[in-house]
Amino acid sequence: MAHFEDRDASQKFQGRLSTASVIMLIAFFILVLRFFWLGVVQNSYYTTRAEDNRLTLVPVVPNRGLIFDRNGVLMATNTSAYTLEIVPGRVGPIDQTIEELSKVVTIEGKDKRRFKQLLREAKTFESIPIRSRLAEEEVARFAAQRYRFPGVEVRARLFRSYPLGETASHALGYMGRINTKDLERIDEEGQAANYRGTDHIGKAGLEQRYEFEMHGVSGFESVEVDAGGRGIRVLSRTPPVSGNNLNLTIDAKLQQVAETAFGKRRGALVAIDPENGEILALVSMPTYDPNLFVDGIRSDDWDVLNTDINKPLLNRAIYGAYPPGSTFKPFMALGALATGKRTPQQAISDPGYFNLGNHTFRDDKKGGHGMVNMYTSIVHSCDTYYYTLANDWGINGIADFMGQMGFGSKTGIDIDGESRGILPSEAWKQRRFKRPEQQKWYAGETISIGIGQGYNSYTMMQLAQATAILANNGVGYKPHLVRSISDVRSGGVREIPLEKTHEVALKPEHIEVIKNAMIGVNKEGTGTKAFAGAKYVAAGKTGTAQVFSLNGGNYSHGGTKEFLRDHALFIAFAPADKPKIALAVIVENAGFGATSAAPITRQVFDYYLQGIVPKGPAPDEPGEPVPELRDMANYVDHQDDDYDAQKVLNTPTPGPFVRMPASTQALPVRKKP
Amino acid sequence: MSRSINWRGFVHAWSVHIDFPLFRITMLLMAGGLLTVFSATWSGQERMPSQLLNMAAAVCLMFVVARIPPQRLMQLAWPMYLFGLVLLILVMLFGIKVNGAKRWLSLGFTRIQPSEIMKIAMPLAMAWYFHHFENRRWFSKYFGALMILLVPSALIAKQPDLGTAILVFSAGFYVIFLAGLSWWVIGGLTGAAVAVAPFAWNFLHDYQQKRILTLIDPTSDSLGSGYHIIQSTIAIGSGGVIGKGYMSGTQAQLEFIPEKHTDFIFAVFAEEWGMIGNVILVILYGFLIERGLRISLRASTTFNRLLAGSITMGFFTYAFVNMGMVSGILPVVGVPLPFISYGGTALVTLCTGLGILMSIETHRTNR
Repeated sequence: MAHFEDRDASQKFQGRLSTASVIMLIAFFILVLRFFWLGVVQNSYYTTRAEDNRLTLVPVVPNRGLIFDRNGVLMATNTSAYTLEIVPGRVGPIDQTIEELSKVVTIEGKDKRRFKQLLREAKTFESIPIRSRLAEEEVARFAAQRYRFPGVEVRARLFRSYPLGETASHALGYMGRINTKDLERIDEEGQAANYRGTDHIGKAGLEQRYEFEMHGVSGFESVEVDAGGRGIRVLSRTPPVSGNNLNLTIDAKLQQVAETAFGKRRGALVAIDPENGEILALVSMPTYDPNLFVDGIRSDDWDVLNTDINKPLLNRAIYGAYPPGSTFKPFMALGALATGKRTPQQAISDPGYFNLGNHTFRDDKKGGHGMVNMYTSIVHSCDTYYYTLANDWGINGIADFMGQMGFGSKTGIDIDGESRGILPSEAWKQRRFKRPEQQKWYAGETISIGIGQGYNSYTMMQLAQATAILANNGVGYKPHLVRSISDVRSGGVREIPLEKTHEVALKPEHIEVIKNAMIGVNKEGTGTKAFAGAKYVAAGKTGTAQVFSLNGGNYSHGGTKEFLRDHALFIAFAPADKPKIALAVIVENAGFGATSAAPITRQVFDYYLQGIVPKGPAPDEPGEPVPELRDMANYVDHQDDDYDAQKVLNTPTPGPFVRMPASTQALPVRKKP
Repeated sequence: MSRSINWRGFVHAWSVHIDFPLFRITMLLMAGGLLTVFSATWSGQERMPSQLLNMAAAVCLMFVVARIPPQRLMQLAWPMYLFGLVLLILVMLFGIKVNGAKRWLSLGFTRIQPSEIMKIAMPLAMAWYFHHFENRRWFSKYFGALMILLVPSALIAKQPDLGTAILVFSAGFYVIFLAGLSWWVIGGLTGAAVAVAPFAWNFLHDYQQKRILTLIDPTSDSLGSGYHIIQSTIAIGSGGVIGKGYMSGTQAQLEFIPEKHTDFIFAVFAEEWGMIGNVILVILYGFLIERGLRISLRASTTFNRLLAGSITMGFFTYAFVNMGMVSGILPVVGVPLPFISYGGTALVTLCTGLGILMSIETHRTNR
C-alpha cells in the first residue's frame, strides 16, 4: 500500500481541499445571497404573489329589486330554485358524467345543448348549470348518490320570477344571460366590477331600462383557494346591497282586465292617466310568459315564440305603427278650430264624395250624410267633411298641429323599442325619399291624411298620448311606467318627477266642442252599442285602419285572408267632465272599428271607474262579428278608407311594424294567396 | 452461567465506529426533514411514518458500512463499479420506461435503479484507480480516469436522468480534481466544454432544453416547467426573514408547490422558516462538509482521502444543486435535498456515503 509519505503530495492534496472549500463556500454564499434577494429584498413582491395565489375575491350577487304595480301588487320577484351544476374542471369525461347523471335526474336533450353552449363560454372552474328547477324529489335522489359525482353539486340559486305570468310582460320585459352586447353596455356604464358575478341581465322592457336601478351592488367574499381552485374557507365578506324596487304606474288588475278583454285577438292598448301621464295599462296581445326566459330560454320555447305567426314578442303598443283611421278626426277637428279653418257651426253638404281634379274620394255612406257640421262629422264619422277640411288646411298646417299633439315623435315612455311613427308633411317626404319625383308632395295625398289614412302611421302609445292631451285640455305629461323607486336599505322613496311635455294653446270652448262630439259618439254615434248603459260618461271615437299588403312576407301563411282584414281602433277617455283615464286601442284585423275595439274599452273603463270585473273577453271574436253590430258598423263607419284614392295615389299605407323602406320601389309586393 | 449479552461491549463495538460530530449533524438534518415531510404531506397521503422507517433502515446501513474497514471497501471498489456498469447496460437494453425515461431494471419482485449504485461505485473506483496508478505518466493516468468517469455518466445521462448523471460525474470528477489534475487541464477542459456547449445543446432532450430555457425566463412557460420555479421562488420569497411558521406556508399547504415532499421540499421548508431557517440549513450542510473534509484531510491513504473528499463534495453537490434549482438559479434537475427530501433510495445512498466517511475516520486510529 502506498502510504502518504510524500510531503509534496500531501501538501498538494491539502491545497486542493482548500480550493474546493473556498469554491463551496462561495457557492453557499451565492445561495444565501439568493435567499436574501428573494426573502428580504423582493419579499413584498412575493408576498403579494403568494396572496394572489391564495385569495380569490368571489362576488356575491345582490338580490334584484322587485317590481310592484301601483297598488303594491308584486309583479316581479326573486325565487330560489335548485339547480344541478357541474364544474367541468373537477369531473372526469363530461359526456359520461352527464350520461350517469341522467339516470338520477331527468336531463333532456335541450338541457344538454344549453349546457354545451354555456360550457363553450365558461372557464373550467366555473360551475355550469345542467338542470334548473329541480323538484324536491330529484334533489333527494341526487343527494343519495352524490358520492358518485364529484364536481357535481346542487345549488340554490335565485331566479327572477313573474308571479302574474303573462300579465304585462311587454312592460316588464324579461331577463337573459349576459352577452357581448350587454357587456359593452355594462362597460359603458362603468359597472364592470359590479357585474363580475352577475350572469343575467334585463333584456327588454323595464327589466332592461331600469337594469342598473334594480341590480344592486355586488358584495364580495375573500375566499382562500388551493392550487386546484377549490375554495377552502371564507376569510371575509362584504355583503351585497339589494337593488332598488320599482313602483309602477300600471294597475295590474286593470292590465289583466284589458288583456282578458282581448281574448284571443291580436292588438294593443295603452291607457293613461291624463292628469299626470301615468300609464295604467300597456297591453300588447298576444303576450308571452317572461318566466320562460329566466335561466336562458330553451330553444324550442324560443322557436315557438319567435315563429308564432302572431308575433307575441313584439311590443305592439309602442313599436307597432298603424294608420289611426277615423280616430284621427277629432284631432283634425280640434286643429281646424284652433287654427280658425272651421267653426263648429260651419256645415257642408255631403254628396258622398269629394272631387279633386279628376280624382274622386268617396265617403263610406252612399249618397252622403247630407248637411254635416263639426259635431255630426265626428259622431257619424263623415269622411267628406274631412276631405274638404284637409284640402282647405293643407298638409303642412295639419302636420304642424298634429306635431304639437305628439304625433310623429316618440313619447319618451321609459322602455326601449318605441317607434316614431310617421307624421306626413312636405318636409317629411323630402327626407324620406331620394328621387325628386317621389319627394314632391301632391295635393291629392293631403286628402286621405284628413281621415287618418295615407302616410299616417302612429303607435297606440302616441294615439293614447294625444287622447290624453285632449282629455286634459291641451296639457300632456311624459308617459311613464315607473312612478317611484324605493331603496330597500334606507327605506327612502324617490318619486319620478312629472315632466310636462305638451302644452297646446287651445281655447276651452273649442275643446268643449270636440269633447261633446266624442261623448256624442258613444251616445248616438258609432260607439252607442258598446257604451249602452254605462254609469259614467265616456267620450270616444271609433276608427278602422286599412291593412295594406306590406307585410305579405310575414303573413303569407294560411291565415292570409284574416291578416288582410282591417284593424279596428278606438280612442276614449272618461269620465268626460274630469277624465281619469284616456286610452287608445287597436284590434288587428278585427274588421270594423266599433265592433271589437269599443267593447274592450268599455270593459277597461267599467273596471277602472266602477270596479266591475268582466266575466270574459269582450264580445266579438275576430272572424265572427255579431251580425247587428256589423250592420251598424256598415252603416256608419264602414270603409273609412278610400280604396280608389289609394290606388290613384299609389301610396301604400304603412302597415303595422314595418318601417317604410327608403323607396317605394323596394316595397315587398303582396303575394297572391 | 450468565448468558446475558454484554450490552456494554456490544454498544461499544458499534459505537466505536460512529463519528459523532457527523452523526449529530445528520440527525439534526433528518429531524428537520421529518418535520418538513410531515408538514408537506399531512393533509394528503401521510409520508412521515414511512420516511421514519426509511431513515431507520438507512442509519442501520450506515452503522454497518462504518464497520467495514477501508481496505475491504477498496477490494469492493471494482466489483461494485463493474456490477453497476453491467446493470446500466442492461437498463439501456431491457430497462422499463416510466414517463419517457429508462431508469429502472425489473427483477420481477421489485425494481432497482442501477444509477444509484454508481453514486457510490464511481468515487470508490476512481479513488482505487488513483491510489494504484498514482505514479503513472499523467496522460495514460488521466485517459483511464476519463473512461471510468465518462462511460457510466453518459449511460445515465442517456436514460435520461440528468440529475443523477451530474451527481455521478461530479463524484468521479472530484476524485480526479483532488488527485491533482493540472489546473491547465481543468482550464482547458472548461474552455472546451464552453466551446462544445452549443453542440451539446442539441443532444439534450427537449424537456431538458426547456428546463434550462425556463430558468432564464420562467414566465415563458408559466404553466409548464416554469410553473415549478415560479411557485417555489414565490414560496421562498414570501417566507421573508422569519418565515410563515411551521405548517403555515400557504404555498405549500394549498398545493401550489409541485413535488413538495420530494425534490421541491426546500420550498416548503423555506416558506415556513424563512431566511433564518435557510441560513441555518446552509450552515448545517456547511458543518457536515467541514467534518467530511476534515476526515479526508486526516485520512491515511490516498484511497481514503480521495474517497472521503469526493463523498463530502458529493453532499455539497446534492445540497447546492437542489437549493439552487428550487430558488431558481439552476435548472430543474432531479436532485433531492440530502437527508430532507422524502425517499428511501436517496437516503440509502447518502447514508452509505456517511458510513464510508465514518469507516475512514474510525479505522484510522486502530489501523
